[in-house]
Amino acid sequence: MRAVDDVSFALAPGERFGLAGESGSGKSTLALSILRLIKPPGRIAAGEVWLAGTRLADLDADRIRALRLAGIALVPQGSMNSLNPVLRIGRQITDAFADHGQHLGRSEHERRVRASLARVGLSENVARMYPHELSGGMKQRACIAIAISLRPRVIIADEPTSALDVVVQRQVMATLARVQQDLGAALILIGHDMGLMAQFVDRLAVMYAGRLVEVAPIAEIIANPRHPYTRALIASLPSLDARGTLAGIPGLAPLLRQLPAGCAFHPRCPKAVERCLSEKPPVRDLAGAQVACHLA
Amino acid sequence: MVPLIEAVDVSKRFAGGLGRESTLALAGLSLAIYAEKPAIIAVVGESGSGKTTLARLLLGLTAPSGGEIRYRGTDLRQLDRDTWRAFRHDVQAVFQDPYGVYNPFYRVDHVLKTPLRRLRLAASPAQARRLISEALRSVGLQPDEILGRFPHQLSGGQRQRVMVARALLLQPKLIVADEPVSMVDASLRATILGSLRQLTDEHGISILYITHDLATAYQVSDAILVLYRAHLAEAGAVEQVVTAPRHPYTQLLVSAIPRVHAARDWLQREEDLRPIDRAPAAAGCCFADRCPVAMPACGAAPPGLYRTEPRRAVACVQYQDYPMLAPGDPGAVLWA
Repeated sequence: MRAVDDVSFALAPGERFGLAGESGSGKSTLALSILRLIKPPGRIAAGEVWLAGTRLADLDADRIRALRLAGIALVPQGSMNSLNPVLRIGRQITDAFADHGQHLGRSEHERRVRASLARVGLSENVARMYPHELSGGMKQRACIAIAISLRPRVIIADEPTSALDVVVQRQVMATLARVQQDLGAALILIGHDMGLMAQFVDRLAVMYAGRLVEVAPIAEIIANPRHPYTRALIASLPSLDARGTLAGIPGLAPLLRQLPAGCAFHPRCPKAVERCLSEKPPVRDLAGAQVACHLA
Repeated sequence: MVPLIEAVDVSKRFAGGLGRESTLALAGLSLAIYAEKPAIIAVVGESGSGKTTLARLLLGLTAPSGGEIRYRGTDLRQLDRDTWRAFRHDVQAVFQDPYGVYNPFYRVDHVLKTPLRRLRLAASPAQARRLISEALRSVGLQPDEILGRFPHQLSGGQRQRVMVARALLLQPKLIVADEPVSMVDASLRATILGSLRQLTDEHGISILYITHDLATAYQVSDAILVLYRAHLAEAGAVEQVVTAPRHPYTQLLVSAIPRVHAARDWLQREEDLRPIDRAPAAAGCCFADRCPVAMPACGAAPPGLYRTEPRRAVACVQYQDYPMLAPGDPGAVLWA
């Protein structure tokens, strides 16, 4: 079955790009395929990823490994639980240098650890602490510090704040924004919170059942969502303006092994017409936006 | 009117291990829920605010360190066997994790049939089947798509709705729902919260909705309590508290929610780049170390609780000219 199908997009340096969709829409799979981290029996059946003129498919295993973190860094979902509980934070950052062949002197190591921590707003004492001594927000910042320690050109953040409270969420996102600007890196934010997307990214891609259904600048997508799924996704966010307006998306996301014919969204779409049942909508360019809908 | 469930000046302290300080999880909170006044009451706060402790206390899963939890006027610790059984029937729980509560070796029917049998609510297997089907339909599930299946064959949203159906099946007076939608996709949250709202409006069941998500609390609940580090910060009618918060912590919470249709200024707040260290609770107001309007008085003594409007109480010294309420007891402000 295809978890991600025929997805294309280009990322500008310094751009913040959002990837939104329900669970199972293929967002995380897409992130893993960019990094060539898909586990067998999964594989990339077609398509290619380019980073600043290099085709990643041409790289051998060693070079792709060197590229992760140094070229493209991933802050995975629930990453604060991926810290090693028995190693101090500083050691976990220096491991990243060592892993990438940067065997530096001890004082240089310490200097770089301090710099990485300072960039995410953590004090240097944190280097000597163990993960259990940190709060959730601090752990998440430590993960960002590890991810950016080799100054990557692209940061992929997969739901980096899904387990955090709103106040801490904003602190972590502000940290991420600042780090991204410092490095001039592009950032891909994966998530389903349209409020977070509206406030954070420059451009948004909406995924449904493994395909892109809409890509547009964020202001455009919020003011004028063209795909019915994008509209539904925005409407499903609980509003603080009017009570009793909470609306879900009827039905369930389709199983990838039995996708509906035609447009995969048609069983849940309030506007579906005859054509949507049989004909898969191609991605079309519509005045600044790309939309895959017959009715757009 | 005797409350169905009442927390009277309840506090909970967890002992620290060897040489560690104990942790105050809840500091003297009072709350009454009446069978005659079905409503959804939201309890909102960040992790460590004491909201789950409050849920566990009200469910009788843990005993308070101070104060009392009363069921129809009697301390839970004094209930005789029959009254305890009635309490177990009247107060039901829906928990956060729709995966963890199921035994993977049993069909989902098991979680629906067991309480019917234990509480002797069905006279015959046929009646049990009918009750179960009705409960599933009223949360928007098709019984034949659910019954006979194993938990892993259902989606997270379906599993959570089965738990709501289970709570409904017992026709309780109160459901304590601890983060019922935090592990469910945004598109399904509305459906599950909608079924909770229906329980209140159509079946007269009160719901204590425990969450860290102020926006869903605003959408479904009638009244709200905001907790911060074990203390009550603000309480009252949800419309007032969320649209015009008075406590600086509630204001921070509301402003931290990223909004779709709003100016893009969410990230531009300096306070957020300050280091986040866990400061020990001081002698005074527990929010003083983060408060943008803190005064010297805030560090000296904990703030009183002031009734700023008929349906709002705020624990902040800024409002000391308003009538004072008993500490931690919003009392009547929660009720219309």
